[in-house]
Amino acid sequence: MSTIRNQFSSLHDLREKAPIFLAVLFGTTIYASVCNLWVPEESIFHVTTYTITLLGKYLCYALLALSVDVVWGYCGILSLGHGAFFALGGYTMGMYLMRQVGDRGVYGDPLLPDFMVFLDWQELPWFWHGFDQFWVAMLAMILVPGLLAFVFGWLAFRSRVAGVYLSIMTQALTYALMLAFFRNEMGFGGNNGLTDFKDILGFNLQSDNVRVALFLCSAVVLALAYCLSLLIMSSRFGRVILGVRDAENRARFIGFKTENYKVSLFVYSAILAAIAGALYVPQVGIINPGEFSPLNSIEVVVWVAVGGRGTLYGAIVGALLVNYAKTRFTAVFPEAWLFALGALFVSVTIFLPQGLMGLIKDKRSVTGKLFFWRKGRKPEEEIV
Amino acid sequence: MTILEDVKQAVQRRQSNFFSAKPPPAVDISHQVLLYVEGLSVSFDGFKALNNLNLYINDGELRCLIGANGAGKTTLMDVITGKTHPDTGHVYFGQTIDLLGKSESEIAQLGIGRKFQKPTVFEEQSVLANLELAMKVNKSIISTLWAKLSPSELDWISQVLEIIGLKSQYRMLAGALSHGQKQWLEIGMLLIADPRLMLVDEPVAGMTAQETERTAELLTSLAGDRTVVVVEHDMEFVRSIAKTVTVLHQGSVLAEGSMSDVQNNPAVIEVYLGEED
Repeated sequence: MSTIRNQFSSLHDLREKAPIFLAVLFGTTIYASVCNLWVPEESIFHVTTYTITLLGKYLCYALLALSVDVVWGYCGILSLGHGAFFALGGYTMGMYLMRQVGDRGVYGDPLLPDFMVFLDWQELPWFWHGFDQFWVAMLAMILVPGLLAFVFGWLAFRSRVAGVYLSIMTQALTYALMLAFFRNEMGFGGNNGLTDFKDILGFNLQSDNVRVALFLCSAVVLALAYCLSLLIMSSRFGRVILGVRDAENRARFIGFKTENYKVSLFVYSAILAAIAGALYVPQVGIINPGEFSPLNSIEVVVWVAVGGRGTLYGAIVGALLVNYAKTRFTAVFPEAWLFALGALFVSVTIFLPQGLMGLIKDKRSVTGKLFFWRKGRKPEEEIV
Repeated sequence: MTILEDVKQAVQRRQSNFFSAKPPPAVDISHQVLLYVEGLSVSFDGFKALNNLNLYINDGELRCLIGANGAGKTTLMDVITGKTHPDTGHVYFGQTIDLLGKSESEIAQLGIGRKFQKPTVFEEQSVLANLELAMKVNKSIISTLWAKLSPSELDWISQVLEIIGLKSQYRMLAGALSHGQKQWLEIGMLLIADPRLMLVDEPVAGMTAQETERTAELLTSLAGDRTVVVVEHDMEFVRSIAKTVTVLHQGSVLAEGSMSDVQNNPAVIEVYLGEED
C-alpha cells in the first residue's frame, strides 16, 4: 500500500514531471542569454537582442497559456476572456513604468505622464498615486485582476452558469474592458495606451543586460508557476477540481462546495495571467487596449488546444510553437495568418482532440500494443 | 454472510477512531424517525411531480420506494438532497435539522449520501481517488490543498475496496470499469463517507444476477447501523431485500407496508404491479 501513498503525494508528481521541463527551459534560456551577452556579434552563435526579447515574449505567452490550461484543461471552464487579466496585469506594470519616466517625457512634467499633459489634465488621478513605488504596482498587479476574477467568478459560479454561457460572459467581460480602456477619460492613455518607457527599478530598459534579465525573469516565473500548478493539481484539491470537471453533481453530493473551488481556481489562474502581462509589458515596451481584444483571448485557447489540454506542459509547448509559427508566417503572408490559425484550430479539434501531447501519449500506447502483440499477449491483460 | 461481517467490523473500527477526529453533527432521533417528509409538492411547468407527499423513514430502516416512471421517486430524492426546491412542504432530518434551504454539499456533510440513477463516478480518475474524495473529511479548500492520506484512512479505503470487490482494480480509471462495477464503486463512495442516511437510486441496473445478489446482501447488512432508502424497478430485487415498501403514484404515496401487503393491495395491483403480469 505504500505505492498508493506515493501515488497521492504531490511531491512525487513534481519529482517525476518537473525535472525534464525545468532542464529544457533553463537549458535554452541560459544558452540564449550567454550567446547574447558573451558571444561576439560576428559569431554565428550570437543571439541577437531582438531574438532575446522575442523569446521573452513567448515565455510570457506560455505563462498565459498555462493559466488558461489550469481552468480549461483541469476544470472545464473555457475562458475566452483571459486576455483581460493579462492586460490588467500589463497596465499595472505600465503605470509603474510611466511613473518611472518622471520629467524625461516629451513635455517634461515631473509628475504627470505625457498623455495627461496632452489632455491638459492638472493633477494625477487618485488611482495613479503610489504607482511610482514598485511594490505598490506589484500589489495592484495581483489584487486588481484577482479581485475582478473573484467577483466575476463568484457571481457566475454561484448562479451555476457554465459551459458556453460562461464562455460568452468572459468574452463580454474582456470586450467591455477594451471599450472602457479606449476612452481617454479612463485615465489610462486611451487608444495609445502606455508607452515610451525609460527604465525599470532604475535600470535602462533598452540595455542588453536588462533585456536578458527580464527574459530570465520570465523563465524563472514560468518555472515557478509550472511547479506550483503541478503541486496544486496533484494535491487532493486538484483531484476535486478534476471531479468538478467530469461530474460536478457527484462532487456536490459528496460534500464539496464546488462553486468555491471553481472561484478559487479562477482567481489563481487570473493572477497567473496578470503576472504574464506584467512581464510582457517591459519587454514589448507598450500596453494598449488592443490587448483586451477578444481575439487575443481566443488565440490563447488555440495555443492550449494545439499543445494539449490538462497537462500544463502541453499549453506551454502549444504557446511556443504557435507563436513561433505566427512570427514566421506573418513575415511571409501577414494577411493569411488568421486563416491559418482558424484552420489549425479546426484541424486540431478534429484530428488531435488531445493536442500534440496527446499524439505523444497515443504513440506510446500504440507501440506498447504492438510490443505485447508480438509477445502473443493481449494488451488488456496488462491492466488487471 | 461474510460481507455483513466485513461491514460491521469496518464500521466499528471506523467509529473508534472517528470520534477523535470530528464529531458528526447531532441528529436528534428521539422519536425514532430519521427523515420527515411532509406535504411536499413540486411542479415543473404545471406538471405535478410531487403532490402533497408524506413519508417517514425510521432510523436504521431499509425502505424501498417503488413506482412507475414519473411517479416522483427521483424528484423526491432531489428534494431531500437539496437539488430541487419544493413549492410547499417540509423535510426534516431528525427532529431539528431542516433540510430545505440547505445546499447539496451541506446536506451531504450532514451525513446524507446519494447514489444516482445513472452511475456517476469520476471517470478520469482512479478508483482509489474516487474513494479518497468521497471520504468523510474536512472538505474546505485549504485542507484539501494540504491533505495527506493517513494510515488509518488508507486502511479504511482498503476495507471499502474489499467490501465492494474492487481491490485488484484500485489503480484503474473509474471510467474503465464495467457498468456493474461502477455501480459498486458509487455505493463504495457512499459507504466510505459513513453516512447516516443512504439514498440509493436503482443500485442493480445493469448488474448480473450474481452482482445483484451481492448488492442485496450488502444493502441489507448496512441497514441497522444506518438508514437505507432504495429506489428500484427490479421487483425481484425489491422482494429480496425489502421489509417495508412504499409505493408512489403520481407524486404521492399510494400504499405502504410489507411487500406482501403491498402486493395484495388492489390499488397497487391496478396501477403498478398489474402492468408486470
